[in-house]
Amino acid sequence: MATIVENPSLTGGSPGAEPVVDNYLTFTRGWKSWAFTLDHKRIGVMYLCATLGAFFVGGVMALLLRSELFFPGKQFLSPDMYNHMFTLHGAVMTFLFIIPGIPAAQGNFVLPIMLGAKDVAFPRMNLGSFYLWVFGAIYLVAAIIFGGLDTGWTFYTPYSTTTNTSVILATTGVFILGFSSIFTGLNFIVTIHTMRPPGMTWFRMPLFLWATYATAIIQVLATPVLGITLLLLIAERAVGIGIFQPELGGDPVLFQHFFWFYSHPAVYIMILPAMGVISELISTFSRKHIFGYRFVAYSSIAIALLGFLVWGHHMFTSGQSAVSATMFSFLTFSVSIPSAIKVFNWLATMYKGSISFATPMVYALSFIFLFSIGGLTGLFLGALSVDIHLHDTYFVVAHFHYVMMGGTLIAFLGGLTYWWPKMTGRMYDEFSSQMAAIGVFIGFNLTFFPQFVMGARGMPRRYADYLPEYEFYHQLSTIGAFVLGVALVAAVGILVRSLWTGPKAPANPWGSATLEWQCSSPPPHDNFATTPEVGDPYAVESVKWSDSERGYVKNPSYVPSKDH
Amino acid sequence: MTAATIDHTGHGHDAHGHDGHAHHGHGHYPGVPSYSHIMPLWILFAVFASLIALTALTVALSGVALGTAEIFVSMGIATIKALLVAVYFMHMRHDKPLNVLICTFSLVFVALFIGLLLFDSMEYYPNIAARTYVEMLDKAK
Amino acid sequence: MSTADVVSPVTAPGEHHAHSGDGHDHGHGHQPHLAHHFESYEQQFDAGKLGIWLFLVTEVLFFSGLFCAYVVFRVLYPELFAFGHLFLNKELGAINTVVLLVSSLTMALAVRAAQLGQRQVLISMLVVTIACAFVFMGIKYVEYTTKFREGLFPARYFAPTPEALLHAAHMIHDAQSHGAAGHAAGDGAHDEHAADTSHGHDAKAGDHAHEEVNKNGLTAAEQAMVDSVKVPANAGLFFSIYYCLTGLHGIHIIAGIAAISWILVRSIKGHFTPLYFGPVEYVGLYWHLVDLIWIYLFPLLYLIH
Ligand code: HEM
Ligand SMILES: [Cu+2]
Repeated sequence: MATIVENPSLTGGSPGAEPVVDNYLTFTRGWKSWAFTLDHKRIGVMYLCATLGAFFVGGVMALLLRSELFFPGKQFLSPDMYNHMFTLHGAVMTFLFIIPGIPAAQGNFVLPIMLGAKDVAFPRMNLGSFYLWVFGAIYLVAAIIFGGLDTGWTFYTPYSTTTNTSVILATTGVFILGFSSIFTGLNFIVTIHTMRPPGMTWFRMPLFLWATYATAIIQVLATPVLGITLLLLIAERAVGIGIFQPELGGDPVLFQHFFWFYSHPAVYIMILPAMGVISELISTFSRKHIFGYRFVAYSSIAIALLGFLVWGHHMFTSGQSAVSATMFSFLTFSVSIPSAIKVFNWLATMYKGSISFATPMVYALSFIFLFSIGGLTGLFLGALSVDIHLHDTYFVVAHFHYVMMGGTLIAFLGGLTYWWPKMTGRMYDEFSSQMAAIGVFIGFNLTFFPQFVMGARGMPRRYADYLPEYEFYHQLSTIGAFVLGVALVAAVGILVRSLWTGPKAPANPWGSATLEWQCSSPPPHDNFATTPEVGDPYAVESVKWSDSERGYVKNPSYVPSKDH
Repeated sequence: MTAATIDHTGHGHDAHGHDGHAHHGHGHYPGVPSYSHIMPLWILFAVFASLIALTALTVALSGVALGTAEIFVSMGIATIKALLVAVYFMHMRHDKPLNVLICTFSLVFVALFIGLLLFDSMEYYPNIAARTYVEMLDKAK
Repeated sequence: MSTADVVSPVTAPGEHHAHSGDGHDHGHGHQPHLAHHFESYEQQFDAGKLGIWLFLVTEVLFFSGLFCAYVVFRVLYPELFAFGHLFLNKELGAINTVVLLVSSLTMALAVRAAQLGQRQVLISMLVVTIACAFVFMGIKYVEYTTKFREGLFPARYFAPTPEALLHAAHMIHDAQSHGAAGHAAGDGAHDEHAADTSHGHDAKAGDHAHEEVNKNGLTAAEQAMVDSVKVPANAGLFFSIYYCLTGLHGIHIIAGIAAISWILVRSIKGHFTPLYFGPVEYVGLYWHLVDLIWIYLFPLLYLIH
């Protein structure tokens, strides 16, 4: 029998009164209390700062690349420098930002709270994972300083075994980052399996948890293969084992198989958590129960598993046999089904909802639009004959930026603006941040849409120079990149500014029904004073707006429906 | 409560607290909690003896010409040994079904990885062989 | 189910302030080694166990890359393996297999002792396990140094010495003349083989003292045998794979030594009880996996026919 108990921590954010309850930020003080913390929330915040820093570095590189391409011919980057720059841009963005971005930063913060647990199952391993990230980053930076890297983020042999840039340093860095990612995933799987409080059944878990769970499966199963691949590459360079080197009897196509066995599933490591965030946002800001909960949940698992069957679509033109290419092409089409299921369910959730265009929702809507374009162009690329024409052109560049940036980055921002009040206890300025979100959307499309066109017209990727006929598209793209850059800085700046000027955040500013909104903003050290009451995570009618709280509170007249 | 069908952790753990319901028939070890299954000594020693015997067998068989069957025989013996280690030394027999499932699952992925890769390498191998042959002819000229 | 029977009374809110640091350790004052975010020893044990199994899964996939390389090259270039394995010492491989099996047994016994709270047995079993691990590494050291001396390096540096080739020649010869009878590949066996070779093409084969040796340090007969050995193209790939597999496995043995030593220290300090023995079990599982991998490596590398 559910009796409604007034949760003392709910009133923590009431206006005027200074909060009496401690929160995780003030629980202990001093830099050591952060550096050695085992609190998942603090680790999440540290991850957030670190990944945002990496994103900034990668972003500056991107702007340099785009500036170089404003005119044909050489501006300020030699072709060699250009190669270094795009390689590091790719490596930093993929391994330092996108992969850990949502799961390790935001996931770490909200996962245990959403679950109703006090922490992840292995807090020490969690901190270890963060420091592994730091070491991995140091190695990557060292690679930049000692010789750079010009192999592309894919490290294809035999070039990567012959170039005289610091492949060993960089791959060691990525190897370490791989373990950081494995530990995060492992921790999440164990947490979800063993730390659920009573009442938190699998089908009462918010969809973000299903998504991080599916992600974690991929992290645990695929990342070790990247690890061994890189180790073999290191051995190849260090002692010439020859497994991937044709002149020693080895096989470079084998390397590509190894690499993509990890890296295609890895693109789902990037997108699945993003889809999880979007599921939360769409339901909350449509003020409607998510449509087709089970379909969305199962489709995450389906994506994770099917994602292992399609890696060969990156190798259509590189010596793979015709039979495998055909098979992989076929399987590639099948993996788009669960992604489409999600999109349709989001749309159905919004149907007849009372949609609020708060900043997170603006990002969520951008996500649906951009991810659809990215996913559909993926189907073009998955079609064998079309890919022969499009492979290694800007079409591919545009495709993966639409899914990685239009998808994951936008969802990252959506999640960041959504959970920001929870993480920091402050509300940001709504109007300016909506504007920034729209700026990001416009800048993004201006940057990458022209790349589809020029790619289809034959502009190859990874080139420092181009024929004059592509100039117009490159210039559009470069202008777009700067618009995007400014909008992104503004979006983050507005959030940071709120730390000083923002009003105090209520416990539940958006009206979500998931557990993290039941504890105060920012949450106390132990998340919940008593084990929280678990209900349907999408019963948005279980909370109602309160003027005095300036946020949502429990709706006393809410009666849980039987079927949830 | 569908969770229960996936694993039974959703119920909270103190239900089985420290008093330990003895389901696995280890009632003769007082003070041992229910989550700890004690492997009887004779099983451990019997498994060890079988492992040693199987090692001797596989070494002995390696001297016998078995032709193409050889790899299957030696891998078969290795797999029996591996199962013995996993089931008894690693307590899989008394472990949670979830843990066993996870292990089997990982093997499926290993099979997928090795299988598809081998399939493709065998498919494109003739191209490489033909290429090597042409290069050889070129050199000979 | 009501909440009351799940919230452990010892985790009353606010209690953590009394503890140092972040409040993450020993949150349950009178329940040693129960971390504050777990409700019970059982939950903690289950979490740890699932965690270690998942870790083992990552290990399996990690090794799978090397097994994959093995399978692909073995299927496409079987001659490399038929040739390369002649240089491996089957006896040492078999001894090492037994050593690891013994260590697995003692590890299993150690876990059992921990579960029953038998501290002395636990300590001695762990010591034996570590000793076995050292023996294993010692034998591997002997094998590796022999290979290095014989010039059996990974592909790029692969340059077998005449002695190594002579040795291979004897192996091939033996296999042909004694039918399929397996033959010892001991190192000291070279000369003896050279002496009792019953080939007709050198009458002076038995007479070492007056033998003329060429620049390779071989007699004419021996040189003829060496020349008869057909070294397949890219033979070094076998050794690349051999070193990768056994090397990575060796690194895992070393990691295992470190992990077991840590457990040993903790058992000497008396940390483990029948309620709290998780770490022993987890390290044990890891150790068994390392053994399991060797169970496959041994026939795959040493027992090729
Ligand atoms: C409907 C789903 C998707 C399909 C059918 C698809 C298909 C493809 C195909 C066929 C290629 C190879 C193109 C070529 O090199 O010729 C490709 C490249 C790529 N895709 Fe996707 N994709 C999908 C979703 C995603 C997602 C969600 C991400 C990341 C979040 C992603 C990231 C990438 C990246 C990074 C590359 C380029 C890798 C490189 O060569 O550097 N894709 N995609
Ligand atoms: Cu892909």
